[in-house]
Amino acid sequence: MILLPNITLSPSRVDQLLVWILQGLAAFAGILVLLIVGFLMLEAFPAVRQIGFLSFFSDASWHPVEGFYNVMAMVWGSLLAMLGAVLLATPLGICSAVFCHFYAPTWFVEPYRKLIELLAGIPSVVYGLWGLVVLVPLIGQLHPPGPSLLAGISILTIMILPTIALMADASLAKVPSVYLRGAIALGLSRWTTIRCIIIPAATSGLSTGIILGIGRAIGETMAMLMVCGNVVQVPTNLFDPMRTLTANIALEMAYAVEDHRAALFFTGFLLLGVVIVMVLAVDYIKQRHTYA
Amino acid sequence: MHKSFGSNTDWVACLLMWGIGSVILGIFSLVVGDVVWHGLAGVSWEFLSTAPRDAGRAGGIIPILISTGLLLSICLVVAIPIGLGAAIFLAECTSEHHAFGRVVRISLDVLTAVPSIVFGLFGYAFFSHMLGMGFSLVSGGLTLACMVLPILIRATEEGFRTVPNEYRLGAAALGLSRMTTLMTLLLPAAMPGLMVGVILGTGRAMAETAALIYTSGYVDRMPESLMDSGRALSLHIFDLSMNVPGGNANAYASAVVLIGLLLVMNTLASWVAGHWLKRRMFWA
Amino acid sequence: MGGGTLVEAKDVLGMSARSTSRFQPWGPFEERSACCEPHPLIRAEKLSLYYGNTPAFEGVSWSIYQGCLTALVGPSGSGKTSFLTCLNRLTDLIPGCRVIGELSLGDLNVFAEQTDVLQLRRQVGMIFQKPNPFPLSIRKNLELPLREYGIIDRGRTDHLIEQTLNDVGLWREVQDRLDVPALRLSGGQQQRLCIARALILSPQVLLMDEPCSALDPLSSGVVEDLIARLRGQYTVVIVTHNLAQARRIADYASLFWVHDGVGQLIEEGPVSQIFETPQHDLTAAYISGVRG
Repeated sequence: MILLPNITLSPSRVDQLLVWILQGLAAFAGILVLLIVGFLMLEAFPAVRQIGFLSFFSDASWHPVEGFYNVMAMVWGSLLAMLGAVLLATPLGICSAVFCHFYAPTWFVEPYRKLIELLAGIPSVVYGLWGLVVLVPLIGQLHPPGPSLLAGISILTIMILPTIALMADASLAKVPSVYLRGAIALGLSRWTTIRCIIIPAATSGLSTGIILGIGRAIGETMAMLMVCGNVVQVPTNLFDPMRTLTANIALEMAYAVEDHRAALFFTGFLLLGVVIVMVLAVDYIKQRHTYA
Repeated sequence: MHKSFGSNTDWVACLLMWGIGSVILGIFSLVVGDVVWHGLAGVSWEFLSTAPRDAGRAGGIIPILISTGLLLSICLVVAIPIGLGAAIFLAECTSEHHAFGRVVRISLDVLTAVPSIVFGLFGYAFFSHMLGMGFSLVSGGLTLACMVLPILIRATEEGFRTVPNEYRLGAAALGLSRMTTLMTLLLPAAMPGLMVGVILGTGRAMAETAALIYTSGYVDRMPESLMDSGRALSLHIFDLSMNVPGGNANAYASAVVLIGLLLVMNTLASWVAGHWLKRRMFWA
Repeated sequence: MGGGTLVEAKDVLGMSARSTSRFQPWGPFEERSACCEPHPLIRAEKLSLYYGNTPAFEGVSWSIYQGCLTALVGPSGSGKTSFLTCLNRLTDLIPGCRVIGELSLGDLNVFAEQTDVLQLRRQVGMIFQKPNPFPLSIRKNLELPLREYGIIDRGRTDHLIEQTLNDVGLWREVQDRLDVPALRLSGGQQQRLCIARALILSPQVLLMDEPCSALDPLSSGVVEDLIARLRGQYTVVIVTHNLAQARRIADYASLFWVHDGVGQLIEEGPVSQIFETPQHDLTAAYISGVRG
């Protein structure tokens, strides 16, 4: 029998301490979200109290200096840009994943996938830069002025396409291969297999990807700031300049004071709210749907 | 053989897929090619090693590179211990179904999806104003730390999950303490996961712009202390293209530098993930 | 495993250890308590274990004698392994696992609040079905438990490592490559290393969960001989599906059975009773290969 030397702190006590410390760190990471929500609320509170919640949606316009705080033009701007981008990027992204899985020759798949991964990591300012220097003048020639909803939608599409494509790719990879083998054994054509078996089986992963894409599109700031023209108005056609909620914060935060500042925090809070709802939706989809 | 309707649509679909694949490739080669083509000419040793002049139209980017480096260092120094601790807790000390672990996981998911401008607002209100750090590298670095934390935790947790359960059982059966098990068995095996997280997080932090405008600020001088304001590379690109007429050439060159750095990060991440991870787990 | 090996079992009953030990230069064991004596060391009183609400076994009351080799046999799912994991409280690691009833090891109440689990597990070593050496060198594998309990003097650890490796008959095979990764050893060598790792702390009890079933017949024989040699030095509790093996090496045996998905202890007693004059019909049927 080997005797224990005297240890002041027994291993069990050290373990207990370790678990407490780790739990503390995990709690800190978890609380960060509450901290962010709390701070935005705290900063936005004066706006809601002084200006009134409803005036954000019913004021005559967004003229903070004169005390008008209608954010609807920017909400529409954000929504239209997001909608356009998601409508374009979703079919393209899913087709890209299908192409990768079922059509592309094997030697081509790896480089293609690597490229998409790389594109997903390219900073939004770089896309914004390209949009500003190349795309906007191009649209300007087509239909002045150039900075426009169309430019915003195009850049956003290019930005969220890799995200959706990667998520779709991953969810197609998760479809059990027995489904595919079953379809082949039935003699179904490739397209029928994809349309009627693979895509329905991957729905949950695909919708997760789309939701993440929406989140990214709504939250995008720099690229929108650079290509959309930043005029506060509801765009009536694709060539009208407009301003998104995010760009508004980035533009006006520099000089905003008091109510104006609080109003900007309020819009930030709105964005956060939208994102939280989306994450919870993704979590719900994941909970409900797993291959056993 | 009779050609059925089905095989006809099959053929159309095939064509469509190839078409879309090439369109996507085409668009991206256009964007990246344009940036690299125009930017590469401006990248030289002189560009990398001198300070910007004339609001950035001329000169180089050395103070901006230094500021970016400092921002990333602060971000990692703060985020790694917290992220590692939280990841160990989530992977080793709590089960999938435990309420606390679930709540933390969902909050991390939310944190991943929070728009960067919202992080910017938070950093501005909390670090810059409430904690009195002003526009400084510390304030920006801490804001970035909040952003990369979920990426870091997710990747490190994944690293711990690759450790076979037999080691944990064996260690428990020997009466080894959690501390020893963690230090000698789990941590070395999970190290590649942490590395991947650090590299991915650095990539995200490096690409970040919106969160930094109101936290680390715009100043393009060489920072003298961590409490100084400093301009990140991505912010430099934004400023040159938006606010400085005639700054496009240098904006392009800076973009190439940024893409180059990200490319290195990406390659490193996939190399670590693929190569080292496999070697560690089956080093026989 | 049916009773087809019964004939073979009769032939080699108690012989295999002696017959092969001529070729296996075992080192001398540290002298400890005398051989198997009918003095209960482990006592279970109405012990039941539940995973969530599903019972693994219920109402086991049984004594295991000091210094004896006790075999647990029975069909899969009868709770043998679950019973084993109670003895060193490895059940703590399984979420949702509850244990009801009493279990004592000497004077120690195993499931009491104040029991130091690490100390308990030091007294009760465990060998798993699949050899699980740590991904470290052979030396580090054995040094780790020693260091954990404060033995860091290089001379002493080297001495203990050599002595223990001698005990398990591994010293000759590995003495000049102690610093190579343990995972490079063969399956049988890995299992013997795991036994050495458990023995190096001189525990009172050794738990073995089908220690030979993942090995090839040759290595299995070597490990079995080693286990047989542990009899009298340690209190060994072994789960096995190999009835012939149980008959060859054990002093006592017990039969676990499944009733409506719940494990139960059907019969226990000296090996001769279980295999030659079983009291219970199920035992008789199981050992002769009619059931199970």
